[in-house]
Amino acid sequence: MSLINWIDDRFPLSKVWNEHMAQYYVPKNFNVWYYFGALSLVVLVLQIVTGIILTMHYKPDVDLAFASVEYIMRDVPAGWFVRYLHGVGASMFFLVVYLHMFRAMLYGSHRKPRELIWLLGMVIYVALMAEAFFGYLLPWGNMSYWGAQVIISLFGAIPLIGEPLAEWIRGDFVVSDATLNRFFAFHVILLPLLLALLVYLKIVALHKVGSNNPDGVEIKKNKDKDGNPVDGIPFHPYYTVKDTFGVAVFMTIFLGIVFFVPELGGWFLEKDNFAPADILQTPPDIVPLWYLTPYYSILRAVTFEWLPGGAKLWGVIAMGGAIVMFFFLPWLDRAKVRSIRYRGWMYKTALTVFAVTFVMLGYLGTKNPGHIDLFLFKNVIWAQIGMVVYFAFFLLMPIYTRLDPTKAEPDRVG
Amino acid sequence: MTEEVNSGRRRLLTTVTTGVGLAGAVALAVPLVASMKPSARALAAGAPVEVEIDDLAPGQMKVVEWRGKPVWILRRTEEMLAEMASLTGELSDPDSQVVEQQPAYAQNEHRSIRPDVLVVLGVCTHLGCAPSKAFEKGGASGLGSDWVGGFFCPCHGSKFDLSGRVYKNVPAPTNLVIPPHSYVSENRIVIGVGETEATA
Amino acid sequence: MKSIMTRLLPVLCMLWTPAGLTAGGGNEHLDSAYINLSDKVSLRNGAHTFVNYCLSCHEASFMRYERMAQDLGIDKDTLEQSMMFATEKPGELMTVNMSDQNAKSWFGVVPPDLSLTARSRGPDWIYTYLRGFYRDESASTGWNNTLYPNVAMPHVLYEWEGMKKANYQTSANDAKVLAGFEQLSPGAMSTQEYDSAIRDLTNFMVYLAEPAKLVRYRIGFWVMVFMLVFVGLSYLLKKEYWRDVH
Repeated sequence: MSLINWIDDRFPLSKVWNEHMAQYYVPKNFNVWYYFGALSLVVLVLQIVTGIILTMHYKPDVDLAFASVEYIMRDVPAGWFVRYLHGVGASMFFLVVYLHMFRAMLYGSHRKPRELIWLLGMVIYVALMAEAFFGYLLPWGNMSYWGAQVIISLFGAIPLIGEPLAEWIRGDFVVSDATLNRFFAFHVILLPLLLALLVYLKIVALHKVGSNNPDGVEIKKNKDKDGNPVDGIPFHPYYTVKDTFGVAVFMTIFLGIVFFVPELGGWFLEKDNFAPADILQTPPDIVPLWYLTPYYSILRAVTFEWLPGGAKLWGVIAMGGAIVMFFFLPWLDRAKVRSIRYRGWMYKTALTVFAVTFVMLGYLGTKNPGHIDLFLFKNVIWAQIGMVVYFAFFLLMPIYTRLDPTKAEPDRVG
Repeated sequence: MTEEVNSGRRRLLTTVTTGVGLAGAVALAVPLVASMKPSARALAAGAPVEVEIDDLAPGQMKVVEWRGKPVWILRRTEEMLAEMASLTGELSDPDSQVVEQQPAYAQNEHRSIRPDVLVVLGVCTHLGCAPSKAFEKGGASGLGSDWVGGFFCPCHGSKFDLSGRVYKNVPAPTNLVIPPHSYVSENRIVIGVGETEATA
Repeated sequence: MKSIMTRLLPVLCMLWTPAGLTAGGGNEHLDSAYINLSDKVSLRNGAHTFVNYCLSCHEASFMRYERMAQDLGIDKDTLEQSMMFATEKPGELMTVNMSDQNAKSWFGVVPPDLSLTARSRGPDWIYTYLRGFYRDESASTGWNNTLYPNVAMPHVLYEWEGMKKANYQTSANDAKVLAGFEQLSPGAMSTQEYDSAIRDLTNFMVYLAEPAKLVRYRIGFWVMVFMLVFVGLSYLLKKEYWRDVH
């Protein structure tokens, strides 16, 4: 009796392999936008592995943390490599996830019957932002400290419960050792477990419905005599082989950055964080890392003190609202067709403008609001315009997607 | 599907790509695994330790730490050395034939470079406890009326003589380990650097 | 093509930031230090300067003497005899014996650890700073600095540079602008020699901030070669299997 048979008698190994890989049918027309799901899984694994190694040497104590990171960089054999993989990995994770989300918006992967997949993805996105936020405090650099101080104090803006809430999060009156230690627990155990569970659930949900594709056509509607979609191909070997190529290209870029420009000019590793946390000296410009800057931009764009509750409170609401908007996407989108390929000029324009605005907001989030870095107007004005466009994209969507002159969606792929 | 599958080419490409991919994965894994090796900090902490012995009177013992372990430095008297010579029948390895327990220059009857100065790791070779000094001779020591002095391990009762040689019929299997050491000067020992390395 | 461009767009957007994304508040002009980490002679010169002039007050507490000697090609005897003043063990970290308390009472502030200064401020900042000291009788040390006004640090290297005075002019919008320096008395080195010595020191400090930099470019090159081979192979493999799909 073979080993496989022995296992199969006791565990659904071959069954799972067939159902989810070798005989799991996937549209044959996936393009470059379809690499990012698999890539995000690769980065997740890499972050966990490098994270475990870092935890062997890192010390979550305000007096030891900063030094322990330098210990990793200098004294631990290949420690610098592990640290750069993890730090660059964090940014690459978001790059891949943003592109993955954009794919969904291009081809309508958020629409029925895939709303739950989209929602699970959004929860993963929020969990990822939390994971990054908690992780960023750990090096205990000056930007780590002040960034955490600023963001936690935002919770203080919530009326009534704000201050006690902020204190509860911090475990102290200011960001301190208590905060560092608990953020370590959240970053190393709580969120990774949560992320692993959510990713598993998302794949289960995906496999129930099957993947969308660039034409937005439901391949399950046309099956051959064996019951397999005519426009589908088994995931293994076709997509295992294609994803291997995708991973190779991605890792080339990733490792290129790790070895040659791990700081990426301050985008991936901020200069201010190479100085230890100093409670007496705030950096002149407190900015989060690039992947959180679009929301930071929106937070700072709300400067209208005349609002009841004040600008700070509404800034927090706007920032939260901006993230929450994404959750409603499946129900805001009323188009008759799924994929951008068959949509009219309205959605095409709206999505392009949204993407440009998102990047612009991200850029502005790294700059001083009072300066002029784009043209003509101060950064804060552009951020306010960006914020309005951002919300308009979502809030007006039920209207323009319904009015949009769409083309007929085909029955078959390509 | 019009073209025929060239399974030979397919198999070759799969094998080569998989092989190269695995090589890459191993190359990535090597530094990650290596990161668990002792760091520069651990190696520095394990660096050689220098000890002055000009203040060590005959019959006295000093204890220093090297690589996290206690090192005993005992200045033996003529009497102690004479009495040790008579113990041969009671010892498991009187001639220090188990080579792992001492460097070549300590493979002699006094297990040291200088007959009067013993340098030995105070770690019982049974399960690693720190044996106690038992220099008092005879019945008063509690180790028998013919006890001539040595070390006694309180954990499981192993006994060693004043050269760290293990007695027969005790749990410990081998003599106490002599660490690499050498004399920088008449009264200065460096523990961690052996004689041949020092003179090299 | 279009898809690849859209994929690169976020990355390109990120790279299009003026390199001066420093939170140093600095709109000051910084002179270029022209770092060259493969110049071991320069690094060794810098190391000697650092150990002899900086290490008495500033720590480099993340660097070990032994590692520095190994990386820069300094032999053990030179290291132990002329570069180690605070300890006898080469494996130790380059710390200083001055307590924080004493430092505060003598200087008003604890001299910062210099291990990472080249990463937090940048080499150009260090290069400009060390060449920006000028005589100022009103300052407590008698020295001031063009890049860091009222700094608590005296001009440690004044014997090399000599004494100079800074000439400030008031510009159109009432800002004080540095017009130039005036040498009051010469030092042991000419301006060129001094600049070269400071470049060596800055070079060393860049190494100090990230010793791994010496190896990562070299390893990275081979990693890229390997990856391109693997990309090629996996592409061929993909094409081979996808012949089946129409």
